[in-house]
This record gives sequence, C-alpha cells and structure tokens, in this order.
Amino acid sequence: MTESAAILSKSDTEAARRPGLLRRLRYLEPSNLLWVLLIGALLFLVAIPIGKLLVVSFEKQGSGAFTLANYATAYGRARYLEALGNSLMLGALSALLSVVFAVPLAWAVSRTDMPGKGLTWAMVMGAFIMPPYLGAVGWILLAGPNSGFVNQAWTWLTGLQAPLVNVYSFFGLALVISLHSFPLIFIFVKSALDLISSEMEDAANILGAGTWTTTRKVTLPLVWPAVLGGIIVVFLETVALFGTPAIIGIPARINVVTTQLWQFFEYPVRVEVAAAYAMPLLLITIGMIAVQKLLLARKGFVSQTGKGGERRPIRLGRWRWAVWGYCGFVGLLAVLMPLAVLLQASFAKAWGRGLAWDNLTLGNYGYLLFRHEMALPSIWNTLWFSAASATAAVVIAVLVAYIVARRLVPFGSVLAFLAMAPFVIPGIVMAIGFYAAYAAPPIALYGTALIIILAFTARFLPIAFANSAAAVRAVHPEMEEAARILGGGRLLTVRRITAPLIIRSLIGGWLIVFIVASRELSAAVFLVGPRTRTMSVLLYDLSEAGNFEVLAAFGGLLLLITLVLVAIGMKLAGRDFMLRRS
Amino acid sequence: MPRLTLKGLSKAYGTLRVVDNVDLSLQEGEFVCLLGPSGCGKTTTLRMIAGFIEPTSGSITMDGEVLSAPGAVLPPERRRMSMIFQSYAIWPNMTVAENVGFGLKLQKLPSAEVRARTRQILEVVQMGHLADRYPAELSGGQQQRVALARAIVVKPSVLLLDEPLSNLDANLREEMRFEIRRLHDEFRITTVYVTHDQSEAMATADRIAVMNAGRIEQVDAPHLIYTQPRTRFVAAFIGRTNLLEGRLADGEIGLDGFSLRAAQLGQKVPDAARPILLSVRPQAMSLSRSQPQTREGRPVLAAIVAQRTYLGESWDYVVRPQEGGLQLRVTAPPLQVHEVGEKVWLELDPQQIAVVS
Repeated sequence: MTESAAILSKSDTEAARRPGLLRRLRYLEPSNLLWVLLIGALLFLVAIPIGKLLVVSFEKQGSGAFTLANYATAYGRARYLEALGNSLMLGALSALLSVVFAVPLAWAVSRTDMPGKGLTWAMVMGAFIMPPYLGAVGWILLAGPNSGFVNQAWTWLTGLQAPLVNVYSFFGLALVISLHSFPLIFIFVKSALDLISSEMEDAANILGAGTWTTTRKVTLPLVWPAVLGGIIVVFLETVALFGTPAIIGIPARINVVTTQLWQFFEYPVRVEVAAAYAMPLLLITIGMIAVQKLLLARKGFVSQTGKGGERRPIRLGRWRWAVWGYCGFVGLLAVLMPLAVLLQASFAKAWGRGLAWDNLTLGNYGYLLFRHEMALPSIWNTLWFSAASATAAVVIAVLVAYIVARRLVPFGSVLAFLAMAPFVIPGIVMAIGFYAAYAAPPIALYGTALIIILAFTARFLPIAFANSAAAVRAVHPEMEEAARILGGGRLLTVRRITAPLIIRSLIGGWLIVFIVASRELSAAVFLVGPRTRTMSVLLYDLSEAGNFEVLAAFGGLLLLITLVLVAIGMKLAGRDFMLRRS
Repeated sequence: MPRLTLKGLSKAYGTLRVVDNVDLSLQEGEFVCLLGPSGCGKTTTLRMIAGFIEPTSGSITMDGEVLSAPGAVLPPERRRMSMIFQSYAIWPNMTVAENVGFGLKLQKLPSAEVRARTRQILEVVQMGHLADRYPAELSGGQQQRVALARAIVVKPSVLLLDEPLSNLDANLREEMRFEIRRLHDEFRITTVYVTHDQSEAMATADRIAVMNAGRIEQVDAPHLIYTQPRTRFVAAFIGRTNLLEGRLADGEIGLDGFSLRAAQLGQKVPDAARPILLSVRPQAMSLSRSQPQTREGRPVLAAIVAQRTYLGESWDYVVRPQEGGLQLRVTAPPLQVHEVGEKVWLELDPQQIAVVS
C-alpha cells in the first residue's frame, strides 16, 4: 500500500511537471505549423481576392476613396440591366431544356431494359467532356442562318429560302448551352434513381398502379430533389458561363452579365465597375446553393436505399426502340453532329463546300502546328498551367481533408470552409477578384503564369477537396490506429498506410482538376497576358477572327488532348471517374 | 505489481462524463472483460488505455510507469501494446503475411525472424495456407483471424480488443470466442476485452468488469457476477432475474406476500434496518401441479400462471402468487406444460437467492 502510494505520488509530480513542457512543445507540433501555412494559403487564394472584389466595388478608381458611383454606373443603363435579365432568363431556359434532355435519359439508363445503354453513357460522357465553346462553334457551322448545314439541307429538301433554325437567337443560345449542361442533371438524377429499389415500384404496382402511373407518381417524385438540385447547378453554370454567350451571343446582339463584364474589361479597364456588376452573380450563386442545401437537407426523401432491395429493369416492350431513339437523338444533337462538322471543317479548305476530295486538306493543322506563332505555346501553357494548378489544389486539399477528418487541430472546420468556399464563386467573379487583388503593383502579377495558376488552383480547390475528403473518409481511422498501436508514429502511418490507400482517388481527383482546368475559359480570359494565352483563350480569339477551318482544327487539337487525358483517367481511376457524384 | 492499473480514470466531453472515476488493475496474464450496454464508456476506457484518448483526470500505469495522465499521454506507438478493432482494420493493400509482419518490421527485427514468426503465428490461427492472399479475398472470420495473429505476433505487454466479434454471424461468433480464449491460454497475454455481449464475456474472461453510465459497477469472476451481483444494475443486466424488495426484521426478510428466513440464504444478509434487494433467478424456483412436501426453509406459494412463452430449450412462465402483488418469471423444462390461468405451486430455493444490497 505504502509502496504503491509512493509510486503514485512520484508519478503525480511527474504528471504535474510534464504538461507545461508538453504544452510548449505543442506549439511546435508539425500539424499546427501546417495549419498556419494552410490558413495562409487559403486566405491568399480565396479570402483576399473575394474581399478585394468587395472593397474595390466601393472604391473610386485611382484614389481609392469610398464611393457608390461604381454601382450607379453598373446599374445605371438600361442595356446593363437588360443583360442581367437576359442572364436569368437564359439560365432558366437552359435548365429547363437540360431537364428535357437529361431526365428521360437517366430514367432509361437506370430503370429500363432499353438497348444501347453503354452507347447512351458514352454520349453523355462525350457531351460532358466536350468544352462548351467547342460545341458552340460546331452549332454555328450546323445552324448558322444561311450557310449552316441544317439550313442548307432544309433548303435543298423543301426549296424554301427561310432558314429552319438560327443559332444566333435566344433559343439557339439556350439550346447549345443545355446540350452541354444536361449531363450534370443526368448524373444527379441517375444516381438518385440507382438508389430506388424495385420494391418501391412493386408496392405501387400491387395497389393497382400501372408502369406509367408508378413512374409518374412514385419514381419521379422520389428523385425530385435530385432534379431540382440539377436544375440549380445548370442555372448557375449558365449564368456564369462566358464562352458560349461570347461566341454566339455577341454576334446575335444578346448581351448577358458575363459578356457585359468582359466589355467592362476592354480598354480602359474599369475593374471597379466590373466588381460592382459582378455582385448579383455572386449573391445569386450563394443564395441558390443555400436553397439547394436546404432542399437536400430534408432527409428521407431520396436516400431510401432499403438494404438489399432488389432492382429489376422495367420492361419497355415495344417502346424500347422509341426510348432508344430519343437517347440517340439527344446524342446526335449534343455530340455526333457538332463533332462531325467540326472534324469536317478542320480538314476542309472551305467548310461550306462540304465533303469532297478536292476540299480536303491538312493545311489547317499544318498552319497551327508549324506557322501559327501562338498555337504551340498555348498548348504548352495549357498543359503546364493545368498540371501546376491541379497539383497545388490536390496537395492543399488532401492536407486540409486529412487534418479536418482526423481532427488534428482545433477549428479545422475553418480550413474546410475556406477550401469549399470557391464552390459558390463563379469563375468569372473569381478572375475579377484575382485581377483586383494581384494584377496591379505591389504584387504585379498581371500577365504572369502565376496569376493564372493561382486562380485555377483557387477555382478548382472545391473539386479537389471534395475528392480528397471522400478519399480520406473512406480510410477507416482504425486502419491508422492499428498501425500506431503496433509501434508506427503518425508520419510513418501516413506514409505506409494512408497514402497507399488514397493515392488512386487522388490521381483521379488530380486528373479531373487537370481536365477542367485545361478547358477553363471564363477565369483565364480575364487574366491572360500576351505570353500566357491558354488554348481556350486562343480558341476564343480565333472565333473572333472568324476563320472557322483553323478554329475547328484547333478545337480538334484541344479535343484530342482532352481525350487522351480522359483515357488515362479511366485507366487509372475507373471508367466513370468524371461522372461519379461525390 | 499489477501489469496495468487504471486509477480514478475519467473522461469528460464538456459536462458529459463518459468515463467516471474508473479504478481497475490487471495482473500479468489476466484476461478482463469490460462489459456493459452501448454508451457505458467501455470503448472510451479501452481507447484511453491504448493512448488514443487523453484522460480528463486520473492515470493509467503499466508496470509502474505512468502512460496516461491529463496533459501527458504517451503516444500509442510507444506503449508496446496491440489492439484488435471492431472493423478489424486489416490493411487492404497488403497481403495477409504483410499485415501480420508489419508490427515485427517496425521493431526492426531481422527479416528472417519476421518471416519465421509470421509463418508460425499464421499456423496457430490456422491461416498458414492463406498467407499470400489479400484481405478482400478473405471471409469475415478469416479477417478476424488475421487481426488476431497481427496483434499477438508482436508479443504485446497488453492486448486490447474492441468488440472484435460484433461483425460476425452467430455461429462464427461462438467459434471465435473459444478461439480467443484458446490463444489466451496459449500465450498468457494480459488482455482487456470490450464487449456488450455477456455470453462472450462469460466464455472468455478471468474477471468481468460490468460498466454502466461511465462507472464500474462490479468486478468479479464470471460465475460470481452471475450468482452474487452487487448492484441492481448488474443483477438486471446479467442474465434474467426477478428483483424483490424486502425488509429485515428478527431474522426474517419480509417480502410482498411471503417471507424468508435470513439464515437460510446462501449469503450473509446485511444487518441494517434498511430495504433489502434480492435477486431470484428464474432457475431458482420450480413449479408443480400438486402441493409439494414442505421442506425445511423452502417457501411454497400458491400461484396462477399469467403468461407463458415456449423457448425450445425451456418454458418461460410468468406466475402471480395469490398473496401479494408480485409477478415472477420462472423457468421450467420443456415437458412441463401449464396452461395460462392454471393454479400451480411455486417453490423457492433460498440457497440460490442473491442479496444484491
């Protein structure tokens, strides 16, 4: 008894002495140091550009004195307000059209015995990876009012001179946008449909409801939150989109917020006015994302997985070919037709002359690869900007994800919040923020590669973070604890256990960021200098010049690079790595 | 000197005390189960022993060295312990042999020895033929054996098990519980085993520590936990029982409707004039159709059958003595059939009645 008391009193004094030392050591613990570094990086990438954007919108150009004049200018002309209205209507119409394309396809692929599901998948994937501005160019070739192939065919068939379709119209613009946004709704709805067990439908069938009634009253209502979530995302993508509205909208004299912002950046650059004019875009996005969160927070709606619920495809009978036809039609519009005319134009001397042996040439590619002074540098720029920003984003993201998931530091959630914040910031707004914060002296990054890489990193940080957080979450903490209790320190555990387990997902995340960065236009177009043009910006420049053959050839090159990357991604990270919903 | 000592160990999250002033010590080679309902603090206690959680107060001592105290926690990797997790935590990127050899490699043993000991322990858990498989190719029971081998092969000073069998199906669970005890008998590793399953605890442990709401209610050998529960919680949690309240006066314990002579109970009755709680197991009573011969000190009561449930191995009757308002649960052999509403005679065996408090 006395002996044990002596031991305990000795250890008590030890325990009393040790905390002081430990607490001091704790300040030097690597995870806390890392925390400070990460906070610094995230402030620089996210908080400062957005803060600066806000501040600048209230500053007088040059003097920096407080003023409301920027807002007065930005909203003082009917033309500017009209652009705002156009953006909202365009967003709504594109979202609606996307639903029309996406929901039947998702239902057919997920719930029915329609033939050719793999083909439909490939079409959706194709529409998803094709850069939207490339589709826009394709549709100009297809549905230009006079020389577009569809209108030519119409005139040839009917003898009527009036064009059948005109891409240079509000509806045309919305259609082209939706043909590239519908995969988002498809992904949302399909993954929701995949969770519904057949028993849900059987329960309605047994009470006397036919297939059609069941689909309408049970299946679709169950995925309604997913549809709504998809609508919101497409709406937001559309109002923040720059490429398609610039390529189609400007010639058609349809002014939207993003193209108007672009005009504020024409000489003389009025960044203060642009900042003020970008505010609605920011507020709408934040508001809509909040609404979506609220909607999806209502549990028990979609996630009725029902353990082991059997899933049987609905037998369509003779309707299966009709459904197949619709899927094919969408694929034709979204991928095959634009791709076909782009390829034709890229190998043509004059695209309007159609397919003919004497019209065939490799000259467009040759011109780009050997004589154009910016084409090759822009390809190189695109590759290394994208690689650098993907690397930076994934490294920051995985560190934040790990620290947050394992609760290594207090207030880790601040890190997670900052890493996810760019999700609610449209790329174009982000770019203006970066311009406002870092373009001018003292930092003077305008025209450098660094400002583009930083902007891309910030813009795609949420993608990398969502990916990394899912990867880290998938590693059960006990996996690490098992290594620790056997004698492995934290660093050894991360190196030997955690890293091998998450590396594949991280490569997948890296490739996704790389791919979206390599086609990013709206953030790049505001930040590139003469020596830092990316492929997407050069493509836009070419479209302004109006040489469609060279433009198509350059699009072909861009597409080729994207396809190679996607193929690598599928090989390394699984067939559906881009369409997986995290 | 005990191998492992927990002294006044507590863990609080805010105002919630998850573990509350736990005292426990294990001799070398002893196997102790922490048994309790979910949320009783048993896993938190185990994770404090492992060094994953810092205690709010109290200490953990191994062989006289303080491992954990508030503000001073030796990290898990320096405790020379090993642990088996609820999820097994078998690393999917390593083969069975690599999993098992991991801890040995960390000890920087020569690779020939690592290989030899890995092979040897895999034979012991009957997994030798699967050494080169990956975990995804193993069944749950096989993964469990790998986890056991990985934890034992390093010869830890303390082995910790956190609900290791809860993910297995019933048959396998029974098999593995004997396997765990067999390995303990073979290697005599000091072991702390956390479970909510009392039959698991009974089958494996030298001593069981029953926990409730963060506190240890009783620590005793399994048969003593069952036959001599010290608290109302232990009596009710372990097995099924009838709890009767009585009062001692002149050597007689007065209960609702009948009384017992204190001297005839198997245990000494505390002498105070306060309420007494008795635990009467369903097996401590028997039913008969006709009035049995009154034996010395065995109370016989007239009763009515109120409910019955056939459980296969036995009948479970609920009877209501005619005097007083008690309802008693009685176990009877399968062939002894009574109808609901039938009048029966109930005989109690005072030797099997436990005085709880």
